[in-house]
Formats: sequence, C-alpha cells, structure tokens
Amino acid sequence: MTLLDVRALSKEFDGLRALDGVNFTAEGGEILGIIGPNGAGKTTLFNLISGIYPPSGGEINFHGKSILRLKPHQVSRLGIGRTFQIVRPFQNLDVETNVLVAFGHRFYPSLWKSTGPFRQPETLREVQTLIERAGLGPYTKQIAKNLPLGFKKRLEIARALALKPRLLLLDEPSAGLRFEESAQLMELIRQVCNQGIGVLLIEHNMQVVMDLCKRIVVLDHGSKIAEGSPEEIRSNPLVIQAYLGKEA
Amino acid sequence: MISGYLITILITILIYAMLAHSLNIITGHAGQISLGHAAFFGIGAYTSAMLYAEAGFPFWISVPLAAVVAGIVGALLGIPCLRVRDDFLAITTMGINFVVEAIFLYIPFFGGAMGIGGINLPKWFGREMTKPEYFFLILVVFALLLLLDRQLGRSWIGLAWASIREDEQAAGAMGVDVVRFKVLAFILGSAIAGLAGGFYAHFLTFIMPQNFGFGQSIVILSMVVFGGIGTRWGPIVGAVILGILPEVSRPIMEYRTLIYGILLLGMMRFQPGGLLGAESILTKAFRRTIYRPSSPE
Repeated sequence: MTLLDVRALSKEFDGLRALDGVNFTAEGGEILGIIGPNGAGKTTLFNLISGIYPPSGGEINFHGKSILRLKPHQVSRLGIGRTFQIVRPFQNLDVETNVLVAFGHRFYPSLWKSTGPFRQPETLREVQTLIERAGLGPYTKQIAKNLPLGFKKRLEIARALALKPRLLLLDEPSAGLRFEESAQLMELIRQVCNQGIGVLLIEHNMQVVMDLCKRIVVLDHGSKIAEGSPEEIRSNPLVIQAYLGKEA
Repeated sequence: MISGYLITILITILIYAMLAHSLNIITGHAGQISLGHAAFFGIGAYTSAMLYAEAGFPFWISVPLAAVVAGIVGALLGIPCLRVRDDFLAITTMGINFVVEAIFLYIPFFGGAMGIGGINLPKWFGREMTKPEYFFLILVVFALLLLLDRQLGRSWIGLAWASIREDEQAAGAMGVDVVRFKVLAFILGSAIAGLAGGFYAHFLTFIMPQNFGFGQSIVILSMVVFGGIGTRWGPIVGAVILGILPEVSRPIMEYRTLIYGILLLGMMRFQPGGLLGAESILTKAFRRTIYRPSSPE
C-alpha cells in the first residue's frame, strides 16, 4: 500500500494560496526530494501533513487512512516524525531527555500509563541505542542548547526516530552545516531509509538532493511544476525557469 | 508552648508555601504563566467557608470539596486560557482574578464586602483542634503533596510538561497531547490552591474578597520566582523568606508590595532562575562544596 498519498492539497492564508492542488505519493524505503524556490510552499506542505494547521482542501492519506483532521500529536503517534527548518530541540533538556520525550508517545494516550516513571533501565537502553545511531553517543548527558548546529539536527532526527516512524519529514537538514557535517547527516538519512522508513526531504542543496533522491517533486508558488528522476528534473525547462527566472 | 503569634506566622507561611508549590506546577513545571492564582485560592476558601458555615458540612468534607471545586473551575477556566500563550495568557489569567474577586464582592450570595464569618478550626476527638495541631495537619498534607510532586516529576506526565514548557510545537510533534497535559497542570495547580484556600478559611475564621485579589497573586508569584521557578524546594524557600520578611520588621510590612516588586525585578535581572535555580550563586556554591573531592568532569 502507498505510504503517503497526497491529493489536490491546498492551503490558503488570508487569501494567499500557499499550496494549490498538490498531488504526489511517497513509499517506504524511498527518499523523496521536495525542492523549489523560497516561498514555494514546501514547509507549508510539511505543516499540513504533520497537522500543525488544517488544509483548505484536498486529501492526505497515510497507509490508506485519512489524517486530514488529526492534531500534531495524533499524527506523530501514527508514525510520522519530523524535524524543523529552524531546529527546535528542547533546549534546556539533555540529549537523552529530548529523545525520551518522543519515546513516551506510547504512554501519553493513557493518563494512567503516563503516571509511570520514565527512567526505566530498558527504556534508557533503547534510547541510548537511538542516540548512538544518530552519532551522539558521547553526548547523552549534554544539554541540547550547548550542542553545535549539526548535532542539534541529528538530535532532532534521533528524537523523530524514537517515534518508531514509518515516514520521516526532514526540513532542510543540511542548511547551515559544513560540508563534512552535511555528508555525515546524509549518511544517517540513507541508513534510516534503508530500514524501510519513507523520507520526505526538503533541501536547497542540489548536490545533496541529486545524490540522495531517486525521485524529486518540484514546487513553485504553491503548485507542483515537475516530478521525476534527478536527470529529468535537471533538464526540465519549467524547473530551470522557476529557479533562474524567464529569459527577457 | 509555642506562642499564639508564632504559630499564626507558621501556619500563614505554610499556607503560602502550599500556594507557591501549586502555582509552580502550572508556571514552573508546565511553563504556563499565571497572574491570577489567588482566584483559585479564593474559590477554595469560599467553597469551604460556605459549605461549613452556611450548609453545615464538617471541615473534613468542606476542605476536600474546596480542592475539587477549585480543580473543576481551574479546568473550565483553563480551557480558554489554552488558546493563548505567554503575555496573552498572563493578561487572561489576571482578568480571571479580577472577575472572581468581583463576583465575591458584588454577589450577595457570597457575603459581599462583609465576607463570610463563623468558620472554625476543625474538630477531632470531640474537641476543637489547637493551632499547633492544625499546623501539623497542614504540614502532613503538604508533605504528601510534595511526595506526589516528586512522583510526577519522574513520570511521563512530568516529562510531557517539561517538553511543553520548552517548545509546544516540538512537543506536539513528539506525540505529546499539549492541550490535555496543560489542562492537567491547571487542574492540579488550581485544586491544590483550593485546598490551601480551605485551610486558610478555617484558620482565619473570617474571609473577605480582598484576601484573594490580584495583589495576592503577585505575592504568590514572587515567592515562586524568588525561590526558583520549576524547582521543587525553591517556591517553598521563597514562601518562607518572603513570608518571614514582613514579620521581622514593621517597615517591610508597610512597604510589602514595593519590596516584593523590587525583589522580583532584582531576581529577574541577576538570578532569573531564582535562589535554588540551576544557575544561581547558591546552587553553584552548594555544588562546589559537595563535589569538591571528586575529579573534575
């Protein structure tokens, strides 16, 4: 079954069409690139999928079920993890506690289960495994705000992985990173994908997108203007026009 | 034998400590600013007073019911508060305080400006409790509440509150039902404030709307901030210090709000974490003396 099926998705903000009838599908074990100039509606798309605001029209189906009216916590409990364009770790909590928050998604629905202690040995072991997978092993007890940006981004991924997601939404993971940091992060994303998790990747760094993705969706002014392999996208005149503007 | 004056101060400080603790659940743990906490203190006090003096319920029923009613009202008022954040939440909660005080003042059912009298200390073993006994009763209840607080701090509920305090949007994306956990904090904090109100009414034997005004809310908030917002013992230390201050010197009593205001400003500027906050001079000095023998990290 299709992991994520987005149909005719639209969002209007006070008359401004941020997203206009966007269609695409995403599968598990695939990294789908989402590119487009600034203001194309990429982050709006993520915010609609993760339930931060309701769409003005269209459908979003996850594993064949509509997630259209769900709140963010309900969407994340279904197995859709995300990171933020401007990193939002829980700044004053340490790395371990950051990941624990997401690990608790299975306890929060029941008030009774929520009264149980969160620092249990087996829980901490699982959390430590996730932290090590994200390459943050030595920093378990570090306060998040003291980490460099690259590590904060990995922390966000570790946190999202603690949701045991089937789909991961990554909003510009390489932005602001040095080349080596970015390369390490891409390796992590590739590993995640190899485990069968579907990844939607918003990215401005074309090199990264072309390397990682077999399929790319291009948005411009809220509409999908192209979809295809990196080669097809690179040679698509509409895409070139969107990025470079029309010839005079 | 402890003097009547001393025991009066002790009970007052204990009730303030309970109030500061209850506000700390909402503002410290869950990160939701409240400038109207005295409203729930008042709702508890009035519930208990009216059940006892007008409806004839015994203390042992009226005071627990005070907590229940304050908790329910806290939930109802908490819901509109959840739609707003930060400065808007501060103004909304302040408004709630004024409304509640006005209801006590202008609706004759609540005794108006004359307040409600005829509330007594509880009875046990066929006689009225002495003030020292009453002090220990409240102390035992407070100790139990602090144990509960410790359990909550170690639970997923405590973790969910911490995540909401840090970043609501990120918390939602991690599966935390933000609204539900915020309402839970409001219910718990309001109920404990209501309980404190019940104890207060039976101790004062006479309550008036002015006891539960905006000024009182600021006093409670000052205690929390002064001692260390979000810490378990900070609000209690704050309540003890700010509670004793006016008693040791008359001028401080007269300029109480002024001095609290200055203290609040000073703390915000120099020790925003409060006396027992993680970054405070006191905590650092304490850590140095405790950890000195061990090797540096």
